[in-house]
Amino acid sequence: MAGLTKSSVVYDARGLVEPDPEPPMTAEIDGDRAVIDATDLTTRKINLELRRIVYDEGVDDVTILNPGSKHSLGVGILKRCHITFEGSPGWYACGLIDGPEVQINGRVGWSLAENMMSGSVVVEGPAGSLTGAALRGGDLVIKGNVGARTGIDQKGGTIIVTGSAGINTAFMMQRGRQIVCGDVGNGLGDSMYDGLIYVGGDIASLGVDCVPGEMDDADHEFINRKFEIYGLGTPPDLKKFECGKVLHNYDALEPSERKLVL
Amino acid sequence: MCGIAGIIHRDGPSDMGVEITKMLQSMKHRGPDSTGYALYSEPDDLVAIRFMLAEPREYGGFGIDERLERNRAEVESRLAKIGADLATIHSDTGYAFRATVRYDGDLKPLADYLEDVPGCEVLSLGSSLEIVKDLGDANTVMEQYSLDRIRGTHAIGHVRMATESDVDLASAHPYWAYPFADVAVVHNGQLTNYHQWRRRLERSGHRFQSECDSEVIAVYLAEKLEEGSDLETAMKCSLDDFDGVFTYLVATSSELGVAKDEMAAKPLVLFESDDLVVMASEEMAISALVGREVETRDPLEREVLTWQV
Repeated sequence: MAGLTKSSVVYDARGLVEPDPEPPMTAEIDGDRAVIDATDLTTRKINLELRRIVYDEGVDDVTILNPGSKHSLGVGILKRCHITFEGSPGWYACGLIDGPEVQINGRVGWSLAENMMSGSVVVEGPAGSLTGAALRGGDLVIKGNVGARTGIDQKGGTIIVTGSAGINTAFMMQRGRQIVCGDVGNGLGDSMYDGLIYVGGDIASLGVDCVPGEMDDADHEFINRKFEIYGLGTPPDLKKFECGKVLHNYDALEPSERKLVL
Repeated sequence: MCGIAGIIHRDGPSDMGVEITKMLQSMKHRGPDSTGYALYSEPDDLVAIRFMLAEPREYGGFGIDERLERNRAEVESRLAKIGADLATIHSDTGYAFRATVRYDGDLKPLADYLEDVPGCEVLSLGSSLEIVKDLGDANTVMEQYSLDRIRGTHAIGHVRMATESDVDLASAHPYWAYPFADVAVVHNGQLTNYHQWRRRLERSGHRFQSECDSEVIAVYLAEKLEEGSDLETAMKCSLDDFDGVFTYLVATSSELGVAKDEMAAKPLVLFESDDLVVMASEEMAISALVGREVETRDPLEREVLTWQV
């Protein structure tokens, strides 16, 4: 093996060679606030700079300018802080976060906040498909329409969509809540295990084992509280849907078994 | 995974080669294997023929220069025999050629006659369309074929990550809808009933040049158009006939359309203004072209959209 050296060449999400994965140190820091201009930075550089500011500099209010729809921005931040995107991130934004409160003043691509554990992400525009996939906790608010398979495999948390949602919304949902103020496409809640879905508009069709439920005081109290927190006004009249427990019925499991699978 | 993009300039011709290259280059991560363009300019009196005589991997091999020269002479001879008056012919690469001819006959016999020359594949035929495709990313192909000099009204393009067929020019997109002048298709996805449709279309007399499932969309649309269908109707029929996950773009000299499958599993975002329509697999391609924040939307499942150029 003599003569072989470990390659230091790494690639960012766009396939660009970045031989030097160090933060660019270009953010402007002013007390407890910082601004990153992402115009000429690659995904990796933006995320390295964000992590440097949040973790090393201890700044907890960061604004990212000109994200340019680059992918995987703001991922893996495991600390309470405020992150604002002035513009539109691309795909996989804010995945695997645990704690941040994120404000996106733009639109977002596919797979927003995938596997988010806690915190909040508020989008002032539409989002693509797979929004909130495998969401585990926290609140995800989309002030616009979303694509297909919103909250697929959702395991917790709350997704609020003020517009309409595409097909297979809440597909294989396991826990948590989804509120869609507009219409939804075919296969709502298909193969869901558990969780609650509220829809304000028309439903093209229900998926397998998704059945209508009865709205009760707890539902209204929960929805009103979320709408108040995020300044969404008065909630529309919503219809409730839940799991029919025919396809998957975790209520029939022993508590120890439930703990293993959910 | 592949990336597709389309542009219509409603305000007249622009630097189409440069513009769509910007979009495709920004999506290089979706497919670095090959890049292809279907570029449309104002219709011309001459018919433009883009054809190849060898794959890039063959170029430089033993005896290839003599073979290419012999086959190029054969193409020119056949053009003369079929009554196509050759105006210009040149090659940017040695294996892919562009010829312009004065010809008002049927295109199918012309294409068939040329493709009978060993190694010859007609990439496109028409008075408005030119298909350029090669291995590598968009900047590489643009430079290789001097696409920065091409002005046009609309275009579709493709970056390919090869999955089920080879990394070669025959499997690169766009596909010309043989034998229809000026019809081209780019596709992102997989057709799971490809073989079934290929056999069906071959029995109807259509020819296939590759093993790539995307080619079947072009041939399918060609057959529908031949039967008298308009483009939008043909595309709507395709949603019922094709299984799998797909989003595809199709362009003619006067129209550009997009179709999305019922699973909505392949992405597309769309931006439309008074003078511009832009669509791409990812937002960053639109950002790369427009250079500012714009409002986009995702077409829904089973949505077919067409625009007049």
